[in-house]
Amino acid sequence: MQKLVVLKSRAVPLPAENIDTDQIIPARFLKSIDRKGFGENLFRDWRFNIHTGEPNPDFVLNNPKFSGEILVAGNNFGCGSSREHAAWSLTDYGFKVIISSYFADIFKGNALNNGLLPVKVSEEFLKEILEGINENPDNEIAIDVELQSVSFKDTTETFEIDSYKKICLLNGYDDIDFLISRKQTITEFELKTQKANEQQLF
Amino acid sequence: MNNSKKTLFDKVWDAHVVETIPDGPQIIYIDKHLIHEVTSPQAFAELESRNLEIFRPEQIVATADHNVPTLHQEQPIKDELSRNQVEQLTENCKKNNIELFGLGHQYQGIVHIIAPELGITQPGMSIVCGDSHTSTHGAFGSIAFGIGTSQVAQVFASQCLLLNKPKSMRITVNGTLNENVQPKDVILYIISKIGTDGGTGYFCEYAGNVFEEMSMEGRMTVCNMSIEMGARGGMIAPDETTFEYVKGRKFAPKGEDWNEKVAYWSTLKTDEGAAFDEELSFDASDIYPMITYGTNPGMGISIREVIPAPQNESEEKALKYMGLEAGQAVNSIKVNYVFIGSCTNARIEDFRSAAQYIKGKSKSEAVKALIVPGSQQVVKQIYEEGLDKIFNEAGFQIRQPGCSACLAMNDDKIPEGEYCVSTSNRNFEGRQGQGARTILASPLTAAKAAIEGKISAFESVN
Repeated sequence: MQKLVVLKSRAVPLPAENIDTDQIIPARFLKSIDRKGFGENLFRDWRFNIHTGEPNPDFVLNNPKFSGEILVAGNNFGCGSSREHAAWSLTDYGFKVIISSYFADIFKGNALNNGLLPVKVSEEFLKEILEGINENPDNEIAIDVELQSVSFKDTTETFEIDSYKKICLLNGYDDIDFLISRKQTITEFELKTQKANEQQLF
Repeated sequence: MNNSKKTLFDKVWDAHVVETIPDGPQIIYIDKHLIHEVTSPQAFAELESRNLEIFRPEQIVATADHNVPTLHQEQPIKDELSRNQVEQLTENCKKNNIELFGLGHQYQGIVHIIAPELGITQPGMSIVCGDSHTSTHGAFGSIAFGIGTSQVAQVFASQCLLLNKPKSMRITVNGTLNENVQPKDVILYIISKIGTDGGTGYFCEYAGNVFEEMSMEGRMTVCNMSIEMGARGGMIAPDETTFEYVKGRKFAPKGEDWNEKVAYWSTLKTDEGAAFDEELSFDASDIYPMITYGTNPGMGISIREVIPAPQNESEEKALKYMGLEAGQAVNSIKVNYVFIGSCTNARIEDFRSAAQYIKGKSKSEAVKALIVPGSQQVVKQIYEEGLDKIFNEAGFQIRQPGCSACLAMNDDKIPEGEYCVSTSNRNFEGRQGQGARTILASPLTAAKAAIEGKISAFESVN
């Protein structure tokens, strides 16, 4: 997993609320059996005209004014399906951080498992950031994972991150490494609860 | 607060804690892992790339559902990418000794329909699947939730997940339901009240006489849509209805084991006085048949109402997408498609209720009506009970099992701009096809819309 320690970047504003994972990556693009290449279909049906396939000039990813490794989105980002393809499409496109005032649970977990940091800010700060980027797209956002801080212009907020996940992100570790190191404990648990025997289906 | 009082969720969760990491998450043991073709290939690849073996293959069950055609399943899948994905699942299962109920198998079907009907889903279990509607299995009093593909790989590698215990919520609905109100209406009503993020961070228990009196099929419909209010999962305390449903199913416990299990399952109830982080309650008599009118499942109204005025920019955008205006009468929407299917509403009870209404009637000329059973076993029941004749005579098409037009990964797509009254779970933009307009409803409301070509209130018998 990619590690993330600090990041200072311009940002892309996408103020719509309740952006669901079907918008992030429509189901018809989930037929791949590997993790790569999803970025080209990120926000596919908002980004491209559904008849001609031409870029939709009104959509922010097609606006040359905005760029950066941070996406700033409206409330309740990532609701809907558990498809990790949503996180893969965002990282494949080049985003490293998503800022919103609220994240859906499964998306948040998927993002963190891919080194994509969901940063939850207050609604006021979200508004300030969205307005500030629209005023001047060169305004940068600074993220510090160690300090759990997000700064924009004169404002700094701290954001929450699970202490275990923070260590993972700072070091590029993932959960599999940790879980397989606990196999003995897991086997003991199975014996104690007779899970391995009782739960066998076949 | 008295710590000895536990909720149903606490009891099941605590029984699965392998270890608590100081200042961190808990290692949670997973009893059953359900997989399908779309969210598993990258997890198998992940394990291979790390030279890891599947830790407990006998606790995994696979099926092909998301990406399969609903016509001519006996023939090779035409779409190359879909075929490749389904073949990859078959190969991965074979290589790793995982039981697969693939295309052509008598138990194939939508993952959240086959596991309960085979008795794989049992009370008190922890169940995961790379699909957000895994919350369905909570209807049995199990902890069941959707996971991402990285987590699928974690369960492959260790039969465990690293999780922080979610907060607890109880939603109580007491009273008498109005006529023609189905379980789908109950959950659409709840989501319309609390919104698509009202349950985020919570695991929800449904309580009250409305859920106690519901069939298992109805409870599954309710728990299925827990994720649509943001909740990680939903659950209902197991009772006689649950035991009766599980008993005798293929993988259900038998003999002395059955008695022991039932004794344990009977303890899985929230203790009196146990505290929840959030409690909500609703009155059953306030609930009428529901539809959605926007582009998220929280935008719901009863079929007696008119389209409400948008409250913000996102709702304005949703109405524009749906081609609807504030104040518009619901019965003015021209329905072109009706889809009765999906992990929410493709169980035999759903088709029985639709057939009962449809019997002796014909669908509207303007409507294409699809019946997509949730599993091969549901197909068998439909034919055994003669429901097929009712559907065929009314002009409905009966297809083969799969997720179908719920997410339109296969050819079952709704064309741009057309309205589809759908018994599925999501009305997101483009969910049923690019530009498609989805109106979520119960099987009964959907059946009525297919006959009339519009959505209208039921005439009251009283």
